[in-house]
Amino acid sequence: MEPLDQELDASELELPTEPMLLNVGPAHPAMHGTVRIVMELSGEIIERCDVQVGYLHRGFEKMCERGTWTQVFPYVDRCNYVSPMLNNVGFALACEKLLGITVPERCQWYRMILGELARMSDHLTCDGAMAMELGAFTPFLWMIKGREMVWEIMEEETGARLTHSFGRVGGMAAPPTEGFKEHTRAVVKHIMSIIDEVERLLLGNRIFLDRLENVGVISAEDAISLGWTGPCLRASGVPYDVRKAHPYLKYGEVDFDVPVGSASDSFDRFMVRLAEMRQSARIIEQCLERMADKGPVNVDDPRVILPAKEEVYNSIEGTIQHFKIIMEGLKLPAGEVYSYTEGGNGELGFYLVSDGSGTPHRVRIRPPCFLITAGLERVITGQMMADVVPSFGSLNMIGGECDR
Amino acid sequence: MSKALIELVKKNFPDAVLESHSQLGDDTLVLAPGSWKEVCLFLKDNPQSDMNMLTDLTAVDYPDRDPRFEVVAHLYSLNRGHRLRLKAKVGDRDGETVEIDTLTELWASANWLERECFDMLGVKFLGHPDLRRILTYPEFEGHPLRKDYPAEKIQPLVQYRDEPNIDKVAPFGVDEGMSFGRQTHKRGIEDDDSRMN
Repeated sequence: MEPLDQELDASELELPTEPMLLNVGPAHPAMHGTVRIVMELSGEIIERCDVQVGYLHRGFEKMCERGTWTQVFPYVDRCNYVSPMLNNVGFALACEKLLGITVPERCQWYRMILGELARMSDHLTCDGAMAMELGAFTPFLWMIKGREMVWEIMEEETGARLTHSFGRVGGMAAPPTEGFKEHTRAVVKHIMSIIDEVERLLLGNRIFLDRLENVGVISAEDAISLGWTGPCLRASGVPYDVRKAHPYLKYGEVDFDVPVGSASDSFDRFMVRLAEMRQSARIIEQCLERMADKGPVNVDDPRVILPAKEEVYNSIEGTIQHFKIIMEGLKLPAGEVYSYTEGGNGELGFYLVSDGSGTPHRVRIRPPCFLITAGLERVITGQMMADVVPSFGSLNMIGGECDR
Repeated sequence: MSKALIELVKKNFPDAVLESHSQLGDDTLVLAPGSWKEVCLFLKDNPQSDMNMLTDLTAVDYPDRDPRFEVVAHLYSLNRGHRLRLKAKVGDRDGETVEIDTLTELWASANWLERECFDMLGVKFLGHPDLRRILTYPEFEGHPLRKDYPAEKIQPLVQYRDEPNIDKVAPFGVDEGMSFGRQTHKRGIEDDDSRMN
């Protein structure tokens, strides 16, 4: 028999090699989100790849130009559908910046609590799905259970689990319910215990660590140049968080840390998200303490807030005001504004152009996901085919936000 | 945002800055389209501005104006924490030639942002290495975010390809919509065959 350790280079036989072209997606079981990745493989190594998005494009920005400013809220819900409340608040803040109004304190705290809960649901989904894609199904179920609890709060507050359409220019659709604080405290406590359990289950798992550590690495310079923001940028060691760098609402008054990674691999992105959930819990606790139980939620400005129902039905002024706001829409002053908040995936920007009529001239949403997905090509080129799934999962591409 | 940036650019490029304002705290410069890339390069490399991130790039269609389009870029400096909005007015009334220089050499994020802008509004970025449609498909007709594109417009169906003995073949071209295609792949096999023989 020939020796097994025969030198392959010395062999005379030269097999023809050809790169293999492989399509993954747009509907692939291991991909959450509709994205198509065309890869040119040499063996198992990805030599070249082309990431194609747009399969969930619904013409969001075009639709916004056809209604009133308030009618944009249901659309932004459907952008990042894992944390719709952050989009609602982001859009409301952009309109308020253009109008030059500030909502009452109680509303600001309320928005922060709901926003941080939404961030938790976003991170729970991403980390849970990452674990599931690597075969760990239990943490996924636990985390989805936690997300379900967050959505129960949302359902109690807004009436809808997923697409709340709860934000309004100048306030919220409804004040907090009676049991809101109690309910939130209980849920946050429970989610923290879930995170602890997940950590114990995963961080001692050799397979999980081997699949994530030093995989999907991107340098901080590349990440900045690609316009990455949010947990993916912070995993590269850049401590940029809109809540800290440019505080909005009451973020300047609460105490929280910005967790950063160092290795900028998939594992760091996973850990940054876990750490951020703990910070969100800290923020929620402080907000709950400082939010007043009574007081106005909506700004006292008849230009933007609908009158009370008794007035609408019993006085001519109320009827007219209601009619004008509903039929003509809010009259945002002519001009342009760029307003940015920290969404689930990073800087969520709204560039609004108003011509002074009741209809938006242009609503540009700056989707953090879109730019992060743009970097996927750089992240996976040169990697093994099997590493695409965890690397892609750690970027948390949300189809609705990426493709709009 | 900082007003010093506006002064800085005005001092260095007196001819390039057409207008400037700071409405609602958003510092804005309207640039001559010809010096678009030059000013961006200056803003990126100058230590006083240090704009290391291109946060957003888009365009707005003003059908009644001439030039018709405004290309809008938002720059951000992570180290200094200031922002700047740059605008350039480009394009003629009928929207046939809407062109501006690409920024892909300065920031990697410009690649997809410019592709999206081209797809949605038909702004051509001169020198862009890979200016394909990104959110819609290659056979899409028109640019949906232009004001003269009717929202209820129906796109023509893309025909199946004619192939003998096969009923339905996806309407992709040879390159299947990607930046690299099967052609190189096929040629590779032939080369190998000839070498073997």
